[in-house]
Amino acid sequence: MSEKLKLVDQVQAINWNRIQDDKDVEVWNRLVNNFWLPEKVPLSNDVQSWATLTPEEQQLTMRVFTGLTLLDTVQATVGAVSLIPDAITQHEEAVLTNIAFMESVHAKSYSSIFSTLASTKEIDEAFRWSTENVNLQKKAHIVTDYYRGDDPLKRKVASTLLESFLFYSGFYLPMYWSSRAKLTNTADLIRLIIRDEAVHGYYIGYKFQRALESATPERRQEIKDYTFELLFELYENEVQYTHDLYDGVGLAEDVKKFLHYNANKALMNLGYEAMFPSSVTDVNPAILSALSPNADENHDFFSGSGSSYVIGKAVNTEDEDWDF
Amino acid sequence: MTGIRMDERSATGVSGDTDTTDGAFTEAPLIYFSSVSDNTHRFVGKLGIESARMPLLTREPTLRATRPYVLVLPTYGGIAGERAVPRQVVKFLNNEQNRSLLRGVIGAGNTNFGETYCLAADIVAAKCAVPVLYKFEVMGTSEDVDRVINGLEEFWT
Repeated sequence: MSEKLKLVDQVQAINWNRIQDDKDVEVWNRLVNNFWLPEKVPLSNDVQSWATLTPEEQQLTMRVFTGLTLLDTVQATVGAVSLIPDAITQHEEAVLTNIAFMESVHAKSYSSIFSTLASTKEIDEAFRWSTENVNLQKKAHIVTDYYRGDDPLKRKVASTLLESFLFYSGFYLPMYWSSRAKLTNTADLIRLIIRDEAVHGYYIGYKFQRALESATPERRQEIKDYTFELLFELYENEVQYTHDLYDGVGLAEDVKKFLHYNANKALMNLGYEAMFPSSVTDVNPAILSALSPNADENHDFFSGSGSSYVIGKAVNTEDEDWDF
Repeated sequence: MTGIRMDERSATGVSGDTDTTDGAFTEAPLIYFSSVSDNTHRFVGKLGIESARMPLLTREPTLRATRPYVLVLPTYGGIAGERAVPRQVVKFLNNEQNRSLLRGVIGAGNTNFGETYCLAADIVAAKCAVPVLYKFEVMGTSEDVDRVINGLEEFWT
């Protein structure tokens, strides 16, 4: 990416006491607070559970994780780095270096899972599969091409779609295992990755929207058309990839709902309206509650019969700022 | 809104801050906080209901409610839900009258934040003994908007 790096006459030292965009500090603090390493997660407790999976389920799991490794590798070494020359503030550059590093932590954490659960031979086979699977390679290539392109806004779109959409065909599986009380420590680790990706997608989507504010109406339309075009291209490929992986275990249709649900959130992170109607985003409640224990159907008080009248749960988060 | 914690500096001086004497009065039945990301702001805009937005900065005087209202708020993320409620909302609710007129809470969030999804709504509802009426993600889908419009209409009658 060196051809895109701006050469400046003067190098300016970053001053964190003079902030142009408070969101940079806010996100920096959030990312630093979220910092984690795979070594902190007791993955070895999943060894017994791993042994209860069929060989086909084990192979599926290995393939899903190598696919995720590939995406995190792209995001760490190409994606997040390619956004740095487009940064408006120095603090944004700093946040992007944090994002790039965490993507490397994510990529490495899959190797921790592999070495805990599988043999060297199985690991090598899964990595070979990731270089040979046409649809996986295609999605990495589509995104990488946009990162190498010359349009900063399109790069942000590609990045947000990767962070907020492309990972989810893979993230589905550990949530599925977790909902069946399998590989629960692995699922804990994946939830940490999902949390990070949510901040990344939010932040890059936010920077995209700020940049779009100063664009002409024609340019805005161009970018919007481009976003939906790219999403469709990625979506079609993602559906194929989902069938490649999940047809054998009969989960493809369930995974596709999860894809639609996350595509909507990726669009919203970019400031666009959700596209998929609720009839195709009705994610399996077991998957949703594996993702977030607070995401149950009871959140709709309005449609409740009255019996679901729930006064908020007591939570042990007493902050010192409350006066009551 | 994905629940991101505010800059520490803008959060200073909140503790014990009950000074709301300068705050603007509002008769809106919907009061909300939204950061510069505007996600919650967009959702509220789509409802087409009279609403009032809290000031972005905690050091600014907060709003003063004059009639029963529903609060819409995102969750900020700390560790294990610490400081989940935006400081601006804490300051607003530290005002006794604002607190007494609160009738329900709507939470904005993202399930990808796991157990802290819409946590701020749960915390406020528990502290103020009002129901969580609804939760939506990011800036809400059109279905969310329809359900909240209809739900609020019924809620107030």
